[in-house]
Amino acid sequence: MTPLASYLLVAALLFSIGLAGALTRRNAILVLIGIELMLNAANLNLIAFWRYGPHPERMTGMIFAIFSIAVAAAEAAVGLGLVIQIHRHAKTTDLDAMNRMKG
Amino acid sequence: MHETISFTPQLMASPIAVIVWLIPALPIVAAGVASLLKQPKRKLSATLAIGAMCISFMLSLISFVHIVGEWMQGIAAREVVNITWIQIGTTNVDLGWVLDPLSAVMLVMVTFVGLLIFIYSTGYMKDDENYTRFFCFLSLFAGAMLGVVISNSILLLFMCWEIVGLTSYLLIGFWYQKPSAAAAAKKAFLTTRIGDVFFLLGIVWLFSQTGTLLFYNYGAGSMEAGALAGLLAQPAAWGLTAAGAIALLIFAGAAGKSGQFPLHVWLPDAMEGPTPVSALIHAATMVAAGVYLIARVYPLMAAGALAGGTTTALTVVTWVGAFTAVFAALIAVAQNDIKRILAYSTISQLGYMMAGLGMGGVAVGIFHLITHAFFKALLFLGAGSVIHGCHGEQDIRKMGGLKSDMPLTFLTYAIGMLALCGFPLLFSGFWSKDGILEAAEHWSVAKTPFYLLVFGALLTAFYMMRQVIYVFGGHWRGGKAAHESSTVMIAPLSFLAFFAIALGAIGTPAWPWFRAFLDGHAAAFNPHGFLEPGLPALMGISTVVVALGLFLGWRLYADRTPKPSQPDALEQIAPLPWGWLRDRLYVDELYGVTVIAFYRWWARVADWLDRRIWGGAVAGVVFAFALWARLNRFLDTNVVDGGFDKGCDELAVGGGLLSRVQSGRVQSYLRILALAVVLLAAFLIWSSMA
Repeated sequence: MTPLASYLLVAALLFSIGLAGALTRRNAILVLIGIELMLNAANLNLIAFWRYGPHPERMTGMIFAIFSIAVAAAEAAVGLGLVIQIHRHAKTTDLDAMNRMKG
Repeated sequence: MHETISFTPQLMASPIAVIVWLIPALPIVAAGVASLLKQPKRKLSATLAIGAMCISFMLSLISFVHIVGEWMQGIAAREVVNITWIQIGTTNVDLGWVLDPLSAVMLVMVTFVGLLIFIYSTGYMKDDENYTRFFCFLSLFAGAMLGVVISNSILLLFMCWEIVGLTSYLLIGFWYQKPSAAAAAKKAFLTTRIGDVFFLLGIVWLFSQTGTLLFYNYGAGSMEAGALAGLLAQPAAWGLTAAGAIALLIFAGAAGKSGQFPLHVWLPDAMEGPTPVSALIHAATMVAAGVYLIARVYPLMAAGALAGGTTTALTVVTWVGAFTAVFAALIAVAQNDIKRILAYSTISQLGYMMAGLGMGGVAVGIFHLITHAFFKALLFLGAGSVIHGCHGEQDIRKMGGLKSDMPLTFLTYAIGMLALCGFPLLFSGFWSKDGILEAAEHWSVAKTPFYLLVFGALLTAFYMMRQVIYVFGGHWRGGKAAHESSTVMIAPLSFLAFFAIALGAIGTPAWPWFRAFLDGHAAAFNPHGFLEPGLPALMGISTVVVALGLFLGWRLYADRTPKPSQPDALEQIAPLPWGWLRDRLYVDELYGVTVIAFYRWWARVADWLDRRIWGGAVAGVVFAFALWARLNRFLDTNVVDGGFDKGCDELAVGGGLLSRVQSGRVQSYLRILALAVVLLAAFLIWSSMA
């Protein structure tokens, strides 16, 4: 097994754990945590592909990952803010109760 | 008999000839302005009409004096002004006007008589509510006639001719509320139209043969030697030359307008119009147009005649004229309507004019036209005065004794009557009629027209005597007492009476001024003119005939004071012929069972064709389209609309299903997304392996 494949395997496991969390948890905060896990799995992929890719001397993959982490941080901030607002409004963080966006 | 007339060609028209167009234009413009006036603007419209006519009269006098002046210097002037109206390829449609002795004389007559009739109308139509309209039509009528007179282009002449026809229709039907007036107007219009169709054919033929519409154009006109020679060389059917055939066609038009047999039927009915209109139609304008037309195209009529000879066209003109003269005079004997008697007398006198033109040439016919215009206008206006004075009564049996009630009318009427009878020496009618009789006596073809015309003269004297005695003699037989007419009506009568006498002076055998003027040679006073061989005898005959007619009339009617119910004196003598004459020799009835019956039948056929054939075809097409429309509607409701509705329903159902997916639960969305990604990945892997 090449080092890249093992990295990708780890990233896939991480992603699957995150996805399972995001799909199965009722609590919005735990869903957000699952999404964070998936994002980090993607970041791991970016780093792995950069490191074992054709041009490891360029800093592209790392920069990309840093951007991604920054965006994930912003997303987490917005997501938590929304959850707090919904909690204030509906006194719950249960996602099944938040179905007012249906078409 | 046919002097060769050589008119000096005038290369430059004089300034007077150039403005001659104003003479017809002024009354026509006055009519146009009057047509825009409101009904209450009575004074203004009459002033316009009379003013325009007055200026036209002045201009006519100036032109006349100018032409006489030229003639005195030995120049037989014929001044033409031609303009090209339309140019089509190399063909020119030319209009133009001509000032020569013929048109100058006619201009003065028409404007003068017209002016007097206009003035008279202000009195006669005083109480009519459509006074404004009346003067508008009257002006147009006179203007159109003046247009006919000055035309140098047969097309322009025809246009004015048709305006005359139109306005005669409008004026005869002026009291259109009366059904008889409306019918008379239609009859006049249609009867003259028959002649006009032939006239138009003649015009087209003439134009196609000569290539010009102008009468005189410095040698290139259709009435000048070159064109006439070409027409004579061209044979038409039945041994006629083209010239003869065209001349006959044009005569048919003239016969329609001038009420010659068999197209005379409209003229007596035209009495339904107001009396000034009758006077204008019978004296100055409409019926004179036909005679004038023959005089204008006289070179064509006489083309090919040898010295002292005649042509087919002129022979036809003569016979028709002579027959009409006697025919109408016979009918006039048995009429009881004052205007109808005069109408038949007009037809008869027009017959004299035609015969005069046919046998004696332009001067003879036109001299009678001019004198007749004056005394017939006088008689009609006198009759109008009588009708006015008798409160609209027109039946002479219900009049009588007006001699004392209306002395001025009686005096002028008597002068007119004597002029019409041709009372010897003193009256113009004698000299003009004498000229015609003289020409008839010398006619080379036959003597019959002479006898016919002499007999006509006898009848004329008789029926006029009868009328005058009925109207003015005896005692009053009507209801409300008659009264004399106003000065504005009497004044024109006196003028006309003066000319009914005085005009004779210019046409006596001793001083044939008029004839010399029209023919273009110098006039000389020659007292021995009376003593030309045969002339004293002829004058004697005509004197005797007139005296006999007057005497017979006097003898039969003078000693009686017939009641309206009592049969006529002549009826007591010969009831059967009297009935024929009273019923106008059944010409109207004859037309009723022939021409009109044919048209009725033809109209029925056309109606049947319309209803069955054309109507059926149209109904078939309509039915086919209705079927087609039904099919379209079926397709529309079931296929197009149905398909659309079905599509809409499907969309709504699909939308309903899809909306259920949007549950608002974020996790279910994510679940679907994950599933889709897994499926996509599976698909990609599977496809890369395959």
